Amino acid sequence: MRRHISHRRTAVGLVMLAATLVAACGGPGSDSAQSTDAATALTEKPTCGKEPVTLSAYFETGFPITKALADEFTRQFPNVTWDIREDQFAVITQNAPRVLADDPPDLMRLPQVSELVKDNLLKNLDGYAGVFGWDKWPASQLEQLRMKPGGGPRGDGSLFAMGLNFSVTGVFYNKTLAEQIGMTAPPATLAEFDALLVKAKQANITPIAQFNGGATGGFAFPLQNLMAAYGEPGPINDWIFQKPDATIDTASNQKAAQHLQDWIKAGYFDQDANAMDYAKMMGKFTAGDGLFMFNGDWESGNLDKQMPGKVGFFPFPSEKGGTVAAMSAPLTFGIAAGAKHADCAAFFLDWVATNADARTIGVEVGGSHPMGPADAPMPEVEQGTVTAETLAAGAKISQDNGAMDFIANATGAIYAKSWTPQLQKLFAGEQTPDGLLKAVQSDYESQVGS
Amino acid sequence: MATLVADRAEARPRVAKPTRRGRRRGQSWVAWLFAAPAIAAYTLFVLVPMVRTVQYSFYEWDGIGPSPWVGFDNYVRVFTDPELSGTIVNAFQLIVFFSGIPVLLGLAIAATIRRIATSRLAVVARTVLFVPQVIPLVAAGIAWSWLLSSDGLVNQLLSAIGLGGVTRAWLGDFATALPAVGVIGAWVLLGLCTLLLLSGMSKIDPALYEAARLDGAGSMREFFSITVPGLRQEIGVCVTVTVIAALASFDIIYIATQGGPGNTTMVPGLEIYYQAFVERQVGVASALAVVLVVLVLVCVLPIQRLTRESS
Repeated sequence: MRRHISHRRTAVGLVMLAATLVAACGGPGSDSAQSTDAATALTEKPTCGKEPVTLSAYFETGFPITKALADEFTRQFPNVTWDIREDQFAVITQNAPRVLADDPPDLMRLPQVSELVKDNLLKNLDGYAGVFGWDKWPASQLEQLRMKPGGGPRGDGSLFAMGLNFSVTGVFYNKTLAEQIGMTAPPATLAEFDALLVKAKQANITPIAQFNGGATGGFAFPLQNLMAAYGEPGPINDWIFQKPDATIDTASNQKAAQHLQDWIKAGYFDQDANAMDYAKMMGKFTAGDGLFMFNGDWESGNLDKQMPGKVGFFPFPSEKGGTVAAMSAPLTFGIAAGAKHADCAAFFLDWVATNADARTIGVEVGGSHPMGPADAPMPEVEQGTVTAETLAAGAKISQDNGAMDFIANATGAIYAKSWTPQLQKLFAGEQTPDGLLKAVQSDYESQVGS
Repeated sequence: MATLVADRAEARPRVAKPTRRGRRRGQSWVAWLFAAPAIAAYTLFVLVPMVRTVQYSFYEWDGIGPSPWVGFDNYVRVFTDPELSGTIVNAFQLIVFFSGIPVLLGLAIAATIRRIATSRLAVVARTVLFVPQVIPLVAAGIAWSWLLSSDGLVNQLLSAIGLGGVTRAWLGDFATALPAVGVIGAWVLLGLCTLLLLSGMSKIDPALYEAARLDGAGSMREFFSITVPGLRQEIGVCVTVTVIAALASFDIIYIATQGGPGNTTMVPGLEIYYQAFVERQVGVASALAVVLVVLVLVCVLPIQRLTRESS
């Protein structure tokens, strides 16, 4: 008897517990759907003041530029000290909304900003942009970080984040192997690039070292470069920015995906690309195994150190030559909506782009082009280094107005859940170029719609 | 055991005097007081999250913003979206590797070790087989992803014995990724099963084996007529533990393939994580979690019942 009663009691207790919880809480989360965050116009430039300030910061592990900038800032402004927390980018991506909501940092490395803006977690920087004159910089630098308050397509509207510098992507090449196959200058057209691939294959050199394993399909790099080779960057950006009715399934992108499949079929990639992660690709390339690698200038400092004088870089050529386009994105940092020292953080962001020492750190430690006005002084870089070549490529892309965001940034989930599995299928021969674009477009529509 | 205790509890009040009953009530109050910290912790860290998960599964929520009530929509998605339901199919395929291989192979190995129980080799074999259980799963996942890579040890061995034609990136190939992950799981769980079964064998009365041998039974006959029936309970435990490990697998796959290539190794545990932290679909993630719990119970309870009846 007793046992039966106690069983029943437990059951009743559980049901009551469940009922109270459900009744007490209703739906989880906040109710405010409307943005209240409009930037107030400022009349004078904010500073860090004279009183001691501790800026709380959330940085990405493995990027020494942030620490170097923070140290230099404290050297110049001794009243500012730092409380820095670091994590891998994947961890930051997953935690960003919760951290910004629960423990808002003054300065934080950010993933794609759409969803954070939708939840009103980021400070609107329009006021700072006006008073510091950020809105007079080349518009393409900050375009990716603009959005209508409360959500909507990216690309214009209020500024919700800033860059510490902006990176460019393109093709790294091994100069020793290039010499072996008689490559004397970077290819000027897609056909020239293809010819080099053929020569490398004939010489028993892996033509392209590219990762495509795990949850990040690295074939998105060559695919987007091919898209820009066959088409204009504008429509690709519209798609990434979630402009209404944008589609990735266009005629020129079809050609690009087809071209990528031709490369796969010709055996230009490693046989185990689908099991290769980013670190393994870098290992292969630095070990001299692979002529080309599609990657970004965040590696140029590293490559200058590991293979000094042995590596070159060029922006991927377009189909007929001439203007180039490439993925180029700011190293994005934002200020939490609830940040305690927002003014000081904004002053830091402006300092990074305008102070000569900070710009030098941005180039020498970060390996990428600093933010700021087009005529701002550029730090000296040793000629013949990869860093010099990536900086030149960045300038060329800027001049050709060819900056694109990365197709993997269109939504928070599009990379891991659509591009990666689809590109892995394409490599394994389980997906057609046409099917790939249609599948990604359909995922995109369901993600943007929700 | 349970029934014995219950009977005694039922019988005692009949002989007890009213005064003692009063004291008993006081004692039980004190007993609850002692249990209170544990109950509070259990409620806070187990019951509340469980109830919350069920609650979240009825909302569409990104983890921060507003959350409209969607009823059973998330559950409908779990069963109709091939990407989500496919993960459940993958989990069931993993049962073959996580449960089938360790239990069957474990039985054979345990029987062999028992025969050589006195020799030093048995001690060595036991230790070697149990080592994978001690190694953190993350380390095992990393080590195996090296072994199984295109220039890893597995392929080197295959090439060395003239099987260069079948070498491939085992974890990157659509056809072999899931079995390859299964092999890692089997390797991890084999030691546990072997040890459990071995300890079970030591409980079997040696007289039974002697009697069987006198009746002229061979070693195979001994195995199937004495060892296996005598181990029913241990086999039950092994199957239960390994089936749960297969259905709720996460770490090995997260390290080895992250669900790729092309979702071929995506399992519910990993999909829940992606849904909640990458896609920010807390509702769908919770619904899939609830379905996973129910699935584990549906698979494990019959196994429990079977082994209990036989005991």
